[in-house]
Amino acid sequence: MTDQTAVSDREQKILGIIETARGKRARFRDEQINMAHGAGGKATQSLIEGLLAPAFESAALDEMADAGSVEVDGLELALTTDSYVVKPLRFPGGSIGELAVNGTVNDLAVSGARPVALTLSLVLEEGLPAHELRTEVAAIAGAARAAGVQIVAGDTKVVERGHADGMYICSSGIGRRDPRAVLSPAGLRPGDRILLSGSIGEHGTAIMLARGEFELDASIESDTRSLWPAVDALLEVAGGELHCMRDATRGGVASVLNELARASSVAMIVRESQIPVEPAVAGAAEILGIDPMYVANEGKLVAFVAAEAAEAALRALRSVPGCERAAEIGEVRTEPPGMVLVQTSFGGRRVMDQLVGDPLPRIC
Amino acid sequence: MKFVDEFRDPELGRALAGEILSLVEPGRRYKVMEVCGGHTHSIYKYGVDDLLPANVELVHGPGCPVCVIPMGRVDDGIAIAREQDVIFTCFGDMMRVPGSNGSLLDAKAAGADIRMVYSPLDALRIAKQNPDREVVFFAIGFETTAPSTALTLKRARAEAVTNFSCMCSHVTIVPPLRALLESPDLRLDGFIGPGHVSTVVGARPFEFIPADYGKPVVIAGFEPLDILQAISMILRQLDEGRCEVENQYRRVVPYEGNLRALEVLQEVFELRPHFEWRGLGFISHSGLKLSDAFADLDAERRFSVPGVRVADPKACQCGEVLKGVIKPWECKVFGTACTPERPIGTCMVSSEGACAAYYNFGRFAREREVV
Repeated sequence: MTDQTAVSDREQKILGIIETARGKRARFRDEQINMAHGAGGKATQSLIEGLLAPAFESAALDEMADAGSVEVDGLELALTTDSYVVKPLRFPGGSIGELAVNGTVNDLAVSGARPVALTLSLVLEEGLPAHELRTEVAAIAGAARAAGVQIVAGDTKVVERGHADGMYICSSGIGRRDPRAVLSPAGLRPGDRILLSGSIGEHGTAIMLARGEFELDASIESDTRSLWPAVDALLEVAGGELHCMRDATRGGVASVLNELARASSVAMIVRESQIPVEPAVAGAAEILGIDPMYVANEGKLVAFVAAEAAEAALRALRSVPGCERAAEIGEVRTEPPGMVLVQTSFGGRRVMDQLVGDPLPRIC
Repeated sequence: MKFVDEFRDPELGRALAGEILSLVEPGRRYKVMEVCGGHTHSIYKYGVDDLLPANVELVHGPGCPVCVIPMGRVDDGIAIAREQDVIFTCFGDMMRVPGSNGSLLDAKAAGADIRMVYSPLDALRIAKQNPDREVVFFAIGFETTAPSTALTLKRARAEAVTNFSCMCSHVTIVPPLRALLESPDLRLDGFIGPGHVSTVVGARPFEFIPADYGKPVVIAGFEPLDILQAISMILRQLDEGRCEVENQYRRVVPYEGNLRALEVLQEVFELRPHFEWRGLGFISHSGLKLSDAFADLDAERRFSVPGVRVADPKACQCGEVLKGVIKPWECKVFGTACTPERPIGTCMVSSEGACAAYYNFGRFAREREVV
């Protein structure tokens, strides 16, 4: 039976148009900024690819990695920056201060750079209780010590009451490229295995519950932590067989996979049953109607490793404290380029698309 | 998760898929409409359609409460949200639905105080926390969500919360189904009945579908096994030449519905003479408004709303897609002018919409085999 079901020429053509449109660099056509532009999904992508990257014309920026490359007299450095606007400031498992260190450290780490030093910029709201500031300063110092980085410069600004939700923090980080690392967002190869460093969705869910907007009680803690030990372990066993890494923050694992599928023009198939999710997170997601794959993490990475090195890499990853539940969740394929497919636990397949809109505001 | 995983068992899923395969008459094409957006969501989430032979096609029905809200109503909501001292509350999905001049999300970015809530009670709580502001809840949904709006209004009344009101865009399920069935170009073999709506209205209101239009209906739950079982029950009816309302979701849906919920609906709401549906046009007695007894809590009376009817965009063929007359890709603007990021029509708005689903799933839906 092929008569009625063969894909007609016109349908082929339209599917072709859609696929071309998906592969294209997103354009920024909105008249004003809305919350979706900050959610890490399609709108964020349009802002970055459509406005920022074209304006600055930098090869390092065009790579769309978590940190940019800078070469100084033969010394290869990685540079990154991030802002933290999370609400509430403290939440189970962490606080804005820890995020400001770990988030920036992780952007360096997954770019294959050993984090060396950070700068810190504090935007404080008039009326912020001093003890809250002290607590966050201590949290920053503690997280920096734990991650082995120094805070080498900083700035403080105060804005009128009502303008910064207590405090915003911006941190920039510099790291030294690890000679073992040969990483690139465009470096994925068909056959690569997709490794995930642990259970997902904890940070975003913890924040959501900490806001008290839903009458839900569960002991879920943010997973904020430095990923350098995990990266170090992976580089040690896999070296050049490790093709790319990303930390799955805003937009979750789904967004990372989609970005990289597009950057490398490959497809991915993910096995839902292999993805570790804590029962409390799965339960909260079920009740709130959210897919944990789109929920933010602050201490989980996704790594793409050549098939032959995957087993050893997974073993190495699992030996790192905090990564005991690391898993191989899928693999890279050729067709259809730019798309991420999921084999659901139930047995069907579907597309795991980029995030559209903004399910969870202000999580980092 | 207990009591959930049991309904997502892949082995049982494969068994049901096999049963469906055995019920399919080779060469025959089946079109089954799942009425409810919740079913569409489950179908995509679990990849249920991927387990069906390609000659069993699922058509996504009009039961996505977000998709059916017409542009004019979105404009009315935005007009209220822009009023001084108003906090406008709505469900998250509603924020992205385009009006004639932008969505609620755009209005929020332009300065309106619009907040996402998960329940009408959250909106009432916001009203109590902000006694000097007017808090408006944009109520949408079928009979499923209408009782919770009704109870919230009753509570507002009981607690004498005077700064709370409701812009009621609740709709009822039977009139649009009848409108679809009346359409001469309809091509459907049966219906997966809306499980959540039926917990409130029961199975009885759907009896007219087999009786008057000769199409089987199976009311179904929302887990993947529920949906597969409902499809096999519909195919079995077709195979055996039966045509009736069957209830796959008996663990939740009583034949007579939830009498207390129906009573509350009677008390708080009354039918509007007409209500406009995006893509389907005006349908008589298909929308609810607050009854006279609750008129003081009606945002449409408390605020002046433009109430202008905005025609669906001309090029949009959502109505035909909903009826199963054309496939999403056959619409003139599909995938070019109308995309999930910039939807023109209802079917592209919510991820549960037929067009958004096809846009995302496209080619893979075609890989299945026909028997």
